[in-house]
Amino acid sequence: MRLVERGEIVEDRFLPIIADAPVPERGPVIVPAARLIADAETFARRADPTGVVWPNNRRVNELAPYLDRLALVALVFPSFRDGRAYSQARQLRENHRFRGQLRATGQILRDQFVFLLRAGFDAFEVSKDADARVFVDVLGRYSVFYQPTADGRQTALRARLRGAGVDRASAGVQEADR
Amino acid sequence: MYVYDELDRTLLAERVREFADQVRRRLSGELSEDEFKLLRLMNGVYLQLHAYMLRIAIPYGTLSSEQMRMLAHVARHYDRDYGHFTTRQNIQFNWIELAELPAAMADLARAGLHAMQTSGNCVRNITTDQWAGVAPDEIEDPRIYAEILRQHSTMHPEFSFLPRKFKIALTACAHDRAAIKVHDIGLRLHRNGAGDTGFEVIVGGGLGRTPFIGKTIKPFLPERDLLSYVEAILRVYNQYGRRDNIYKARIKILVHELGAEAFAREVEAEWVSMRAGALALDPAAIAEIARRFRVPAYERLADDPAGIAEARSSNPAFAAWFGNSVARHKVPGYAIVTLSLKPTSGPPGDATAAQMDAIADLAERFSFAEIRVGHEQNLVLPHVAQRDLPALWRALDAIGVATPNIGLASDIIACPGLDYCSLANTRSIPVAQELSRRFRDPALSRNLGRLHINISGCINACGHHHVGHIGILGVEKNGEEFYQITIGGRADEHAELGALIGPAVPYAEVADVVEDVVAAYVELRERPDEIFVDTVHRVGVEPFRERVYATR
Repeated sequence: MRLVERGEIVEDRFLPIIADAPVPERGPVIVPAARLIADAETFARRADPTGVVWPNNRRVNELAPYLDRLALVALVFPSFRDGRAYSQARQLRENHRFRGQLRATGQILRDQFVFLLRAGFDAFEVSKDADARVFVDVLGRYSVFYQPTADGRQTALRARLRGAGVDRASAGVQEADR
Repeated sequence: MYVYDELDRTLLAERVREFADQVRRRLSGELSEDEFKLLRLMNGVYLQLHAYMLRIAIPYGTLSSEQMRMLAHVARHYDRDYGHFTTRQNIQFNWIELAELPAAMADLARAGLHAMQTSGNCVRNITTDQWAGVAPDEIEDPRIYAEILRQHSTMHPEFSFLPRKFKIALTACAHDRAAIKVHDIGLRLHRNGAGDTGFEVIVGGGLGRTPFIGKTIKPFLPERDLLSYVEAILRVYNQYGRRDNIYKARIKILVHELGAEAFAREVEAEWVSMRAGALALDPAAIAEIARRFRVPAYERLADDPAGIAEARSSNPAFAAWFGNSVARHKVPGYAIVTLSLKPTSGPPGDATAAQMDAIADLAERFSFAEIRVGHEQNLVLPHVAQRDLPALWRALDAIGVATPNIGLASDIIACPGLDYCSLANTRSIPVAQELSRRFRDPALSRNLGRLHINISGCINACGHHHVGHIGILGVEKNGEEFYQITIGGRADEHAELGALIGPAVPYAEVADVVEDVVAAYVELRERPDEIFVDTVHRVGVEPFRERVYATR
């Protein structure tokens, strides 16, 4: 597994906390959802960043009260064929305006990168090293997008309405569609 | 028809390159078969009994002559010289080599064709009335909305990994030729009291092992809200549809378990947050899509030119075909012509490369280079000048696609069955072939009137047996092929599921039983023009059961 942020393989500065293991006073941590909710006050008082792993069968509305204190939300793909977290990601970005790191965890293959990025993810725990290494190349696979999402890429329809055509779209011009 | 621009073509080329990379990684072992499976399915590639099968998308069933020739080319170069048109208005090729798939897809892309989302747990090919844009009683052209939905659902970043496949169909006529009530989402274009265009939204219909007729969750959705509302439905389904059991994963089960009202409330709650956003379809956006549809330059002609009456009286074969396969067009002097892919003894929906090429030429000569595929597995030439009908008929007859059986007993819908499919329990095609021989006499089938026979080789119901006037479902009993017969199903605006008429019968008896069912109908009908399904509706199943099973 490799963590990719801003197109590069990076060291994970967050320490994952398993179940009820003790949380260090300093340093960024990622805690399970149940722990965050049970101990909300403690985590709110922490000086360093806190993140949460949010399961894909739990409504993100439940997470809303904690979002402004969270540096990171990790959403889970137990298998790459289970796409629930794409909806959660868009809800967090587009409805709840979450601005922290949105991390994709679980079975993450190169074939999902474009979908994940468009849904609002900006960090990726990539399952295979070979896939992580070609991250930037893979993002360049597509230059045309039909759907407006919060990533702001111009849709084909808007490009046509503006008479922009393919040149601007393929040059990666990103205009906010919403 | 819709003309792809540089953006559409660029996306196709990008997808072809991505798939080539996926095939390369599979062949080199970088991808496991399990990982590759989902990716190949999203590109229309199935592994069947004997080989890989490639299913190519024909968005809302519309093809140009150039595209039809490309299908002929694929049949010839990569397959065994024929293709099979499906109930999803697509075409599939049954004998393609994995290593040749990227080359075949690159060829297809040159004609603006692809296999995207013809399989997999995503939004499948959007379907509509094969008479869209030419039917006289249409409210508006549903292809514009079908194209808007096609673009919106192509490589959707949120909905490419749904619990299960997802099928959307639209109609804009009072008479539904698109079977919208047995789709995951069915959309019926209509106008409200104020004269605004909108959609009745029907969800949770579907066939398979747990068939349901869809339920209306919104009687009138303004057209500007089409995408936001569809996206809200998909979001509810993506999150709460079942993923623990493949047989309970379709949206129909979620709608059934939650109840239509509770499901609708979930959708409304999602919709509130997205309704006013970037998905709203303003008139300029709709006009932008509409303007990419090439409208034929129709001539000013009158209906019923003199030559036609003459040809009908002097040539009974032409008259029979004209009476059966030619329909009124919205433009005077033109006609909609259906080409039967159901010749006697033929596998329903198959066409050879030579036939495809010939049909492409005829479409160019007589139908503004446009062809449609209907879900009944026949083809349509949608813009034929009535004065050209005799010449067209001779040409169609010469290539074997002028059998005058459209809508009649031998116009059978059948799945590929055990001859190709790895899921099937029984054969379907030979049953269809035998029935086509039993009902080959044109006078007999004309006398029987409209009669839809649908055959599925397993419970997955690809042949839509539940909604056949006569439905035939293959089941396996102790290693032998048996068939359950249902009657009274229909897929139109009065959609209903058929009822079982008696115990399953062995392969050798299916055609006899169907003939007996039909004989019972002739005895029971009130008058010659009461069609089969109306008689079943009026008298119920019992009188049929008594007659058919009395001696069995």
